Amino acid sequence: MKILVPVKRVADPDNANKVKISEDGLHVTSEGLEGKPNPFDEYAVETALRILEDGVGSGNLRGEVVVVTIGPEDASREVRQCLAMGADRGILVVGDDERLDSSIVAKVLAKLVEKEQPDLVLMGKQAVDGDSNQTAQSLAQLLGWPQATFAGRIEVPADLASAVVTREVDGGAAKVKVAFPAVISVDLRIVSPTGVDNTVCGQKAYQEGPRYASLKGIMKAKKKPIDQITMDQLGVDQTLKVRTVRFTAPAQRKAGVKVDSVETLVAKLRDEARVL
Amino acid sequence: MSNILIVIHVTDNEVKKSVFSAAAFAKQAAAFAGGSYSLLAIGSDLSGATAKLATAGAAKVYTAQAPDLGNALAERLAPIIEQVLLAGSFKMVVSPASSVAKDVMPRLAARIGAGMASEVVGLSFDAGRFTYLRPMYAGNVNGAVQIDTPIEVVTIRPTEFEALAPSGTSPVETVAVPAPEPVAAKIEYLGFEKAVSTRPDLAEAAIVVSGGRGMKAKENFVILEELADLLGAAVGASRAAVDSGFIHNDFQVGQTGKIVAPNLYIACGISGALQHVAGMKSSRVVVAINKDEEAPIFQIADYGLVADLFKAVPELTAAVRALKG
Ligand SMILES: Cc1cc2nc3c(=O)[nH]c(=O)nc-3n(C[C@H](O)[C@H](O)[C@H](O)COP(=O)(O)OP(=O)(O)OC[C@H]3O[C@@H](n4cnc5c(N)ncnc54)[C@H](O)[C@@H]3O)c2cc1C
Ligand SMILES: Nc1ncnc2c1ncn2[C@@H]1O[C@H](COP(=O)(O)O)[C@@H](O)[C@H]1O
Repeated sequence: MKILVPVKRVADPDNANKVKISEDGLHVTSEGLEGKPNPFDEYAVETALRILEDGVGSGNLRGEVVVVTIGPEDASREVRQCLAMGADRGILVVGDDERLDSSIVAKVLAKLVEKEQPDLVLMGKQAVDGDSNQTAQSLAQLLGWPQATFAGRIEVPADLASAVVTREVDGGAAKVKVAFPAVISVDLRIVSPTGVDNTVCGQKAYQEGPRYASLKGIMKAKKKPIDQITMDQLGVDQTLKVRTVRFTAPAQRKAGVKVDSVETLVAKLRDEARVL
Repeated sequence: MSNILIVIHVTDNEVKKSVFSAAAFAKQAAAFAGGSYSLLAIGSDLSGATAKLATAGAAKVYTAQAPDLGNALAERLAPIIEQVLLAGSFKMVVSPASSVAKDVMPRLAARIGAGMASEVVGLSFDAGRFTYLRPMYAGNVNGAVQIDTPIEVVTIRPTEFEALAPSGTSPVETVAVPAPEPVAAKIEYLGFEKAVSTRPDLAEAAIVVSGGRGMKAKENFVILEELADLLGAAVGASRAAVDSGFIHNDFQVGQTGKIVAPNLYIACGISGALQHVAGMKSSRVVVAINKDEEAPIFQIADYGLVADLFKAVPELTAAVRALKG
């Protein structure tokens, strides 16, 4: 089985409050911030590896995990990080973040699916820089495939032909069964200890969170191939459908006052804020 | 003329307040561009919802009903929305950013070759076109975006648009529901596990009491629930509290959870990571109870109490009880 995992490079999300807007309001700069794989995409890589584990502990996967990114050439670093986790190979589609929208990314991915013929595209539910939450759903439509978004848990039978996905939705959890080929987008809980049941391993209790690359993994990753390709070579129309015309700083909340007791707090809430 | 279509999925005949927030947004958009807005409701049974939906000021309410539409599968819903869109002269299709809308609208956008703006918080109109304001980078930057396709697809954050007061009665038209497309056979709906809460809807509550990792254990949420019930509040949580198994994920507030904007938000044992703040910073009044005086949550709280929550929360409950007599 082949799983394609699209991974976006983002500016360190734990320091998203340090991104700056250029003087003319036309650009966002993340200078000084480290590039990281989008956390949800790292979770998708972890999920792919958990799905393909062989259950006999040989370390071999029951298939191939291909990581693809659309971004600047130096985003190969983040692809390499995913290869060090255990993915098999990478594809880098050269593109400028400012000249991309979800529709272009989905079209690029659709072209790659045509070439690579994966059984499953496993991706993050949202890129935490643009916060769009669109690409998986758009890709599924372009491919004519079913979609299971916001997966908090995935069970895959031993034949690797379908998945039962527990989706995190408003008011609870919705369970669906998708036949492969399909697109699945993952939510935070997928990397909980019981996020994946691949049948052949039994319901294993994994560590919490995505795995760290081992030293061996990092060494191996140096030899794994990353193919580079352009959007022109893929024949993708690069006209933006959604243009950001201006960036602005949202109103900031200011720190208020510290109160010294519950009594003072209640008095303030009643008399000053008038919320009690 | 630019007509606008609001799309909502209805379960259990429940009409959420967010429909009226979407109506407020659509009314503004229609006023800018000259035109009207209509509403498309999809579900398995709309009999108890239609009368209320007809008070949202829509030029027309379209209803699409079929037994299998209760499950809100995107493969099934997108073609129905497309059919209604193309039959009318719609320039924009909008939905409150519920999990159903987040799932369906991007699929619809790709289907009709349209551009989409997610989780819009503001709207302006200049030189004949809409500009949508939307938060990015966990709410640390706002992007003003324009869409260059004949139909524009939008989801909005209901918390940012004050709900329209119900009035009038719109005419209702039943839509002929198309048969499922082949792709719908590739996905099977197996069921729904409801996160039970007897409290007000987190996204719409006037007061929210939230707990984080500092709550230490699931059992301890009882002290928050007591306070919440006294205040008529909803209970929320940080990701760490959810990941630790203290509370169901449906109650997570933040960049990737629920967006809330209550009158009063009380954060207990929550450090104030930017991903959490992204989901509650539009609250009117924020109270933080945390034993670490350096916790970032104090930088955005109107009232900060440096204290052990296991002492402060029960005290607060007692004080509120005394106040309410
Ligand atoms: C992709 C991604 C998405 C995310 N999305 C979200 C999201 O949507 N929502 C979200 O909340 N987080 C989200 N996070 C996680 C976020 O980064 C933080 O890890 C999380 O919010 C921390 O939760 P917390 O404040 O409860 O825990 P901590 O950061 O561990 O804070 C616990 C706090 O409790 C205080 N405390 C401990 N004991 C007591 C006591 N007895 N009395 C008083 N105070 C006490 C401590 O001083 C501390 O400040 C996301 C992270 C990632 C990577
Ligand atoms: N430039 C990109 N390169 C690779 N994958 C991407 C890119 N942009 C988005 N994606 C994928 O699409 C998912 C959703 O992104 P978005 O719709 O932008 O929020 C991400 O989690 C990634 O898996």
